[in-house]
Amino acid sequence: MSTTELLKGAAELFPDEVVTSAHVRHLDLPFGAGRFALITLDNGLDHTKPTTFGPASLANLNLAVDQVEKEAAAGEITGVGITGKPFIFAVGADLKGVELLKEHKDALAIGKGGHEVFKRLSALAVPTFAYYNGAAMGGGVEVGLHCTYRTVSASLPAFSLPEVFLGLVPGWGGCTLLPNLIGAEKAVSVIIENSLNQNKQLKGAQVYELGIADALFEGADFLEQSLLWTAAVLKGEIVVDRPAVDRGEAWDQAVAKGRFVADSKVHGAAPAAYRALDIIAAAKNGDLQQGYDAEDQALADLIMGGELRAGIYAFNLVQKRGKRPAGAPDKSLARPVTKVGVVGAGLMASQLALLFLRRLEVPVVLTDIDQERVDKGVGYVHAEIDKLLGKGRINQDKANRLKALVTGVLDKAEGFSDADFVIEAVFEEIGVKQQVFAEVEAVAPAHAILATNTSSLSVSEMASKLKHPERVVGFHFFNPVAILPLLEIVRGEATDDASLATAFAVAKKLKKTAVLVKDAPAFVVNRILTRFMGEIQNVIDEGTPVAVAEKAVEPLGLPMSPLVLLELVGPAIGLHVSETLNRAFPDRFTVSPNLAAVVAAGKRGFYVYDSGKPELDPEVAALLKQGDVVLTEEQVRARVLDAVAQEIGLMLDEGVVAEAQDVDLCLITGAGWPFHLGGITPYLDREGVSQRVNGKPFLAPGVASVPA
Amino acid sequence: MPRTVRDVVFVDGVRTPFGKAGPKGIYHETRADDLVVKAIRELLRRNPGLDPKKIDEVAIAATTQIGDQGLTLGRTAGILAGLPQSVPGYSIDRMCAGALTAVTTAAGSVAFGAYDAVIAGGVEHMGRHPMGEGVDPNPRFVSDKLVDESALFMGMTAENLHDRYPTITKLRADEYAVRSQEKAAKAYANGKIQQDLVPISVRNTNAEVGETGWGLVTADEPMRPGTTLENLAGLKTPFRVHGRVTAGNAAGLNDGATASIIASEEFARENGLPVRMRLVSYAFAGVEPEVMGYGPIPATEKALAKASLSIEDINLFEINEAFAVQVLAFLEHYGIADDDARVNQYGGAIAYGHPLASSGVRLMTQLARQFEEQPEVRYGLTTMCVGFGMGATVIWENPHHKDAGGDK
Repeated sequence: MSTTELLKGAAELFPDEVVTSAHVRHLDLPFGAGRFALITLDNGLDHTKPTTFGPASLANLNLAVDQVEKEAAAGEITGVGITGKPFIFAVGADLKGVELLKEHKDALAIGKGGHEVFKRLSALAVPTFAYYNGAAMGGGVEVGLHCTYRTVSASLPAFSLPEVFLGLVPGWGGCTLLPNLIGAEKAVSVIIENSLNQNKQLKGAQVYELGIADALFEGADFLEQSLLWTAAVLKGEIVVDRPAVDRGEAWDQAVAKGRFVADSKVHGAAPAAYRALDIIAAAKNGDLQQGYDAEDQALADLIMGGELRAGIYAFNLVQKRGKRPAGAPDKSLARPVTKVGVVGAGLMASQLALLFLRRLEVPVVLTDIDQERVDKGVGYVHAEIDKLLGKGRINQDKANRLKALVTGVLDKAEGFSDADFVIEAVFEEIGVKQQVFAEVEAVAPAHAILATNTSSLSVSEMASKLKHPERVVGFHFFNPVAILPLLEIVRGEATDDASLATAFAVAKKLKKTAVLVKDAPAFVVNRILTRFMGEIQNVIDEGTPVAVAEKAVEPLGLPMSPLVLLELVGPAIGLHVSETLNRAFPDRFTVSPNLAAVVAAGKRGFYVYDSGKPELDPEVAALLKQGDVVLTEEQVRARVLDAVAQEIGLMLDEGVVAEAQDVDLCLITGAGWPFHLGGITPYLDREGVSQRVNGKPFLAPGVASVPA
Repeated sequence: MPRTVRDVVFVDGVRTPFGKAGPKGIYHETRADDLVVKAIRELLRRNPGLDPKKIDEVAIAATTQIGDQGLTLGRTAGILAGLPQSVPGYSIDRMCAGALTAVTTAAGSVAFGAYDAVIAGGVEHMGRHPMGEGVDPNPRFVSDKLVDESALFMGMTAENLHDRYPTITKLRADEYAVRSQEKAAKAYANGKIQQDLVPISVRNTNAEVGETGWGLVTADEPMRPGTTLENLAGLKTPFRVHGRVTAGNAAGLNDGATASIIASEEFARENGLPVRMRLVSYAFAGVEPEVMGYGPIPATEKALAKASLSIEDINLFEINEAFAVQVLAFLEHYGIADDDARVNQYGGAIAYGHPLASSGVRLMTQLARQFEEQPEVRYGLTTMCVGFGMGATVIWENPHHKDAGGDK
């Protein structure tokens, strides 16, 4: 099948593609270097809608290459360049088109189509030049890799091969060409490490330093300088000398290192990184076509696999739903927040004070029961500001401004009389919290939001004794506050729309991913994690060895094992939350006597790390009283997943969140659960757990899976 | 504190190719500030001896100082060009003599000792900012008969100048225009112009204009090599029925930018910068606004007097060709032939275009090249007429001349 037919067929499957044009324009190069054809990739929209490649876009590029190929063969041009619209080069394949693909052969066609078009750029009768003028990702990077030469703008903000992050491989030449250009070690760092490191982006200078681009020019006259450089290259005045690629042992070591990185991040649970590494390993022999064929197969397999579909679903949740929270009231109802009060000056309160200070840049007042605590809280914030100053994240003026904005007082009346938003982070005890809110209500303005960072208490109950319970909202952060994006915003029974809208507006300014949740025990993340951990604890208590229980959930590829997570949270807090949930739902949530014993013994975790690896602490082992029911890993896994599926099903029935999507968004942004699980419900669906437990999947086919 | 007036030199000048204003022009989708920013960057690349930190001022002229020509262009262009934040800048306006005034104002400050080195230039994007955009002339100009109603329309002032010089016919103006095109084409053929041009990348998204996508401009767009008297004879005279001024014997409406380095001679020599021209004197003069094109005559008289020179001492002239009649009036006044070889050797604005506030530095850049080629010439001048009845003249000494720097 010809490339044209191949792309025509693919385009029919994707009628809503935002089509990128490939404009061919001719120009006379300086220094008499001849007539030159410059291709501009442009989807006709502004820079907020980056240029992408779908089948019709590829067909346009193919037509452009038809034209320049003829001109090159006829000797009418001395070279061909390719660049992007202002601020954007191209950001790769249009994922919307990938989501629509239902059949392996169609997925294969997308891979082949890209290859067939792009590789023509390396087979013209004249040299080709890519000018990475702006953001370049995925297929955008790859189209440039097929060119003879590349320049990059020092202003380029983002350059990556993010395929593995999503669940794909760089499959339009990336896996094959990049290691052949810059060596396997650097290629692995770009394709595997950066992708798995929260999709880290390269800047222009790094693209040059890695050897991906042959020249680096400042943004102000990037294209002019690139074309002058091109003229000099074509006239032989500049000779591009790239270091030879080490095709010896270093190549194998780089691939091995990539596998180690993949194991540490996804624990073998998602195939993309491994497929990419296989292709990189094979690319050692320099056989490009063999590499392209392998890329086509890998792409098609992955596109038809659940991990990628879950990955795209997760990506869209974070990028779209995370920015437009479901169920949030109209933002026009939000009241301005020009001063923030924080009740408590402990570590959590101080961290919250710092976050509000940095993001809102308004006065923040801390209060506590004695001057020493207040001073300590303010001191913590000042020390953190100094750290930011030391790292160059803020300048001296900003540090001065922030420090001047944070104060601490003992008298709530003095501190909160003009505050618009007061958040409490005091001891998790309902009576204490009610007392605190009563005191704040007595002195704060009538419009002030009273927010609680409770992780397990009822927001409605906390508000119940107030004159104005309608302004109480739950504002549940996740530790570490500065790193985890999730903020569960809890609507109490009495909470009004204006207060809720204000809470969402504040969350947006805090740059948090806000999810609206009902005032239900432990809200979303803690409830699911506690049920999950509870089942692990149950099987251990009943007699399954700790190691078996831990290993049982490894195939999920979670960021850490259950007991390591427990250690991070703190066994005492874990126990406290399980007690809360046990009171609410005694039939499903148990309080583990072994965990209680570990907490009572003052242990901070189950493991010791003397050997460098986690090993069960002998003192903990001595505390454990286990039954005699020993399960296999499969049995443990089924039991844990069944419990999670059941709990989420019940939560959706209760209306804790609007949809399963919110559960997944919470788990991704609050617990770091991986993209390849799509949070968790896509995984539960594709493994048949949802059907088994609830009699139906959480998500309709096609939402996070191959469409029917 | 005793002060010594210091010698001021023209170190280097560059410009963008000039474009035709309007939707079909090469710069239709290019910002004005980007044009001057790219000129400044090229100037710095060409003169690595000039440490950007040592630039004391960025003086950028524009006639219509709004939008992408507003926001104190000298300052913003400096930042956009990547100059250190410590380098200040300002904007300047004397309509067509904007860049020329940027040079003389900076030069005065250098001579006084306030500055060592300055970037001076100008930009006018007449496509984005047509002449007269946003103006609000005081009604007293007309009610009190302060100026003739024709004063605001440059083409009409050119017709008025023809009236003042009845011997300057339309034919003479057209002949002059044909020669300007011929000289410009020859200068291009000999590579005299391209060496000081900054290539500019340009985007076109309108298929009706031509190929879409990014292109590169390396040559002036307005030029019409091969223009003949016959071509010009039939052109309309839009400013007066049976008039003499046509699109063919006047500069067009154009887009473009220029930039130059002006420094004290001592600074230039210490930093290994070229000394292309030495400033001798400058002068501005006002005339009746309705005969604006007469301005260079009194301005030149003043500048010559200040330098104790006479017109015979001047052996190279760069006269801005806003209108052929304005050049011819100047030549007639000083008794110089229409086709005198000392005048506009590379052709002028009739061929290259006249993006108002940028043109002064183009004249200087071209004069500097002619000085290099003709060391036997000691003095040259750059002069131009200015809207609302003014003239501006700068007299330069050729540092390559054997007697340069000494007494006359």
